Amino acid sequence: MIRKARVVVASLVLLAITAMFLDYTGTLHEYFSWLAKIQFLPAVLAINVGVIIGLVALTAIFGRLYCSVICPLGIFQDVLGKVLKLNGKSWKQHKYRFSYSPAKSILRYVMLGLLVIAIVAGINIIVTLLAPYSMYGKFVSTLFAPVMKVVSMGVEYIDERLGTYLIYPNDVVLSGGLACIFGVLFIALCIVASKNGRTYCNTICPVGTVLGFISKYSLLKVQIDTDKCKNCGLCEKRCKSSCLNAKEHKIDYSRCVACFDCIDECKHGAVSYTLRKNNAKVKNVDEGKRAFVTGVALAVGASAVKAQHKTVDGGYATIIGKTVPPRTTAPVPAGSGSVSNMERHCTSCQLCITACPNRVLSPSQELGSFMQPRMSFDKGFCRVGCTACSDVCPTGAINKIKKEEKTAIAVGQAIWIADNCIAVSKDENCGNCARHCPSGAIEMVVREGVSAKAVPVVNTEKCIGCGACEHVCPSRPISAIYVEGYKEHHIR
Amino acid sequence: MNNQDISRRQFLKGVAVAGATVAASEFLSSCSESKSADTQAYDPNAEVPKDKMTYRVNPTTGDKVSLLGYGCMRWPNKKDENGKDIIDQEKVNELVDYALEHGVNYFDTSPVYCQGHSEEATGIALSRHPRNSYYIATKMSNFAPEFQTFEGSKKMYENSLKYLQTDYLDYMLLHSIGGGGIPAFEQRYINNGVLDFLLAERKAGRIRNLGFSFHGDVEVFDYLLSKQDEWKWDFVQIQMNYLDWDHAKEQNARNVNASYLYRELEKRGIPAVIMEPLLGGRLSKVHDHIAKTFMERTPGKSIASWAFRFAGHFDGVLTALSGMTYMEHLQDNIRTFSPLEKLTGEELEFLDKVAKQMISYKTIPCNDCKYCMPCPYGIDIPTILLHYNQAINEGFIPGDKNESEYSALRRKYLIGYMRKLEADRRADHCVNCGVCMPHCPQNIKIPFELQKIDQLAESLLNK
Repeated sequence: MIRKARVVVASLVLLAITAMFLDYTGTLHEYFSWLAKIQFLPAVLAINVGVIIGLVALTAIFGRLYCSVICPLGIFQDVLGKVLKLNGKSWKQHKYRFSYSPAKSILRYVMLGLLVIAIVAGINIIVTLLAPYSMYGKFVSTLFAPVMKVVSMGVEYIDERLGTYLIYPNDVVLSGGLACIFGVLFIALCIVASKNGRTYCNTICPVGTVLGFISKYSLLKVQIDTDKCKNCGLCEKRCKSSCLNAKEHKIDYSRCVACFDCIDECKHGAVSYTLRKNNAKVKNVDEGKRAFVTGVALAVGASAVKAQHKTVDGGYATIIGKTVPPRTTAPVPAGSGSVSNMERHCTSCQLCITACPNRVLSPSQELGSFMQPRMSFDKGFCRVGCTACSDVCPTGAINKIKKEEKTAIAVGQAIWIADNCIAVSKDENCGNCARHCPSGAIEMVVREGVSAKAVPVVNTEKCIGCGACEHVCPSRPISAIYVEGYKEHHIR
Repeated sequence: MNNQDISRRQFLKGVAVAGATVAASEFLSSCSESKSADTQAYDPNAEVPKDKMTYRVNPTTGDKVSLLGYGCMRWPNKKDENGKDIIDQEKVNELVDYALEHGVNYFDTSPVYCQGHSEEATGIALSRHPRNSYYIATKMSNFAPEFQTFEGSKKMYENSLKYLQTDYLDYMLLHSIGGGGIPAFEQRYINNGVLDFLLAERKAGRIRNLGFSFHGDVEVFDYLLSKQDEWKWDFVQIQMNYLDWDHAKEQNARNVNASYLYRELEKRGIPAVIMEPLLGGRLSKVHDHIAKTFMERTPGKSIASWAFRFAGHFDGVLTALSGMTYMEHLQDNIRTFSPLEKLTGEELEFLDKVAKQMISYKTIPCNDCKYCMPCPYGIDIPTILLHYNQAINEGFIPGDKNESEYSALRRKYLIGYMRKLEADRRADHCVNCGVCMPHCPQNIKIPFELQKIDQLAESLLNK
């Protein structure tokens, strides 16, 4: 019964989070972004005291229930373990494939230490690879999003023929390089989950380690009644955390994720989830020597995959795709305050990137900010009326801002490149940047010795770095006007 | 700028006068019969008559020309192996075979249609039939400077003969006279000796009828007609339909009412070939309210059939051109003209009411001719303008944010806009260079309209 409840809640949570990461229209984020905000590491980075206290209390009372019903990566591993059978065993054998093994405490504390050091020192790539919820976000954004794209194209096809206008075209930008990188990690996770259950959660995951420390002292615990136990050992064989020692009737509560599979398994009513007894002291278990390949250590190759451009038919002029202008600082969204705040807080879960309706955010491919959102304007620009990224960010990397505040935040400033401007090179009356500037920061002026036609002049006091000018600039592949990001946002 | 003397005569009165003069002059004979209006629902599978086509006789050559002419500007496309649009020759053959079989015998093309491939495709399809079973019309489309030399224009003419697989042309037109005024006309045809060349070709019999098509500055139209004694135009192609008949100027001050153009031709006994009888579909894809009026009145007839009946109504019309991409349109038009059922006085009055209502909706007069394309900055101009028109006609331009329907309308408008247009081809990328403007036969201020549409999209996106 209690296991069924866990499965139902976990399924709903996983479905909602996955759907949110796939919903390129930003509709579901309104309803489910709280699920991202109650994730442990993001809440710690956001110093979201309420959530931290709540999760600590939850764990202190119920044990690591968080890992079974809140963490999407944890739930997802349960799903993988259930549906993937990677050896020649029968499904029945597969179900009982586990056995007790001692905790790898040193590895766990090393990983936790690494994360703490990485956060303090701002080594983002380590945070990116260790944060469990965010890792799930990256799997969905890089691996499931292409599937979503195909599905949405199918739906759109029908929608278009029915004339029902249900869905917006899926304009999510996909990256083959990132799909390869996270594909390898994903395969590693599949192998581990299928063969060894929650091994990742109990050796690598730093959140698991922290919560495991608390759950040792939790109020409610899974406990074995030695009077009722017939020593059949089935509970141990089903324990995906390998933390149940049936022979000694002991459970390592630092690793138990409160999945209740053992309770479900015991036909004698010997396993129950009850208030802790004082004598149920956990015995320290020896360090094992079992080799464990995580596949996490991976050379992160530069992914030089460019956005594909549709070939045009003969009735249209060919459009050369835009490339990134020579900016030294890629702007970060309003709400993040500064590049360093972004770097310190972001676990690169990709939620803001999915939620951005203007396709301004994309994962950084720089090593120092790998997978964190950075702004670029080849697909759109940052509309002043939109606060989608700040609404969904769970880590405090992008703090919540109001629409009214946004017009007063400058994330960068527009810079004009004379040689690229068609007013100079083609003697054309253009002014498209000035026409589209939402803050009226661009004036077209005739500058003697530069061009006979008017060229843009940017009033940096008014420019907020939204990128409208860069987006609509006809100069290709590099716009003649581009946004240079501010390391520290300017407030007007 | 010469201020034309276009009197604001009443629509009905004008039509009546026109009819009477034609009847008296008897320079064209009509074979139309009247038929009772049917009250059945529209049946796309209704029989398509093979031998009931209405024909008009060309007074100079005696050509018996079908009142429905085939416009070869909108041939069906397919994707080639690179995903590029190319003409679907098989379908063209099928359409041409069907048209000939059902009495259509006039085919109007140009070296610039369908990205320059129309003549070739039309030639392939027609050459499979006896040369005397159809009339070919093509044009001297020397718009680009490289064709405005004598040699360039001559080359264009020779290529037309080659692509159309023939050694004579039945109808030859100076293409789109009027744009750019008298100077452009002189540059394209007089100074380089091209008109003299074409007159000589007519004398030699390789051009059986010489005429011109007209859009734009009426001064040029008047000038060419004033030289009728010298140049002896055998026919003139004009834009005529129930909207432009008396309301062209109301839509755009630089345009000329078709009633004026038609009467000027009629006075001189010059047969008129009608282009844009349906305004590129604008007279069939009408506003929902207007569509309802039509459908209530004649549920058994297509909305388009009204526009074609109007074009064929005037006896001075030799043929009305329709660019039929789909077989269903061809069949529907054949039915309309087999035989033509002339409009009654009441029906003409009804159409004028419809026209007045139409111009009260502020659609953009784009007929999707694609002359503006390719835009050097890659913008898909006609698709943008037509999306806007569709939104007006179907009533999904979102208005006040407080309206209950606002979000549904916004959704429909934006989804449609995004689906039809890649991001880089939308109106926000128009740089206002104005290259498109001189090419537009309807004199649309394209950059202005694009900016208007961009502002609408932007206001919806920045919710």
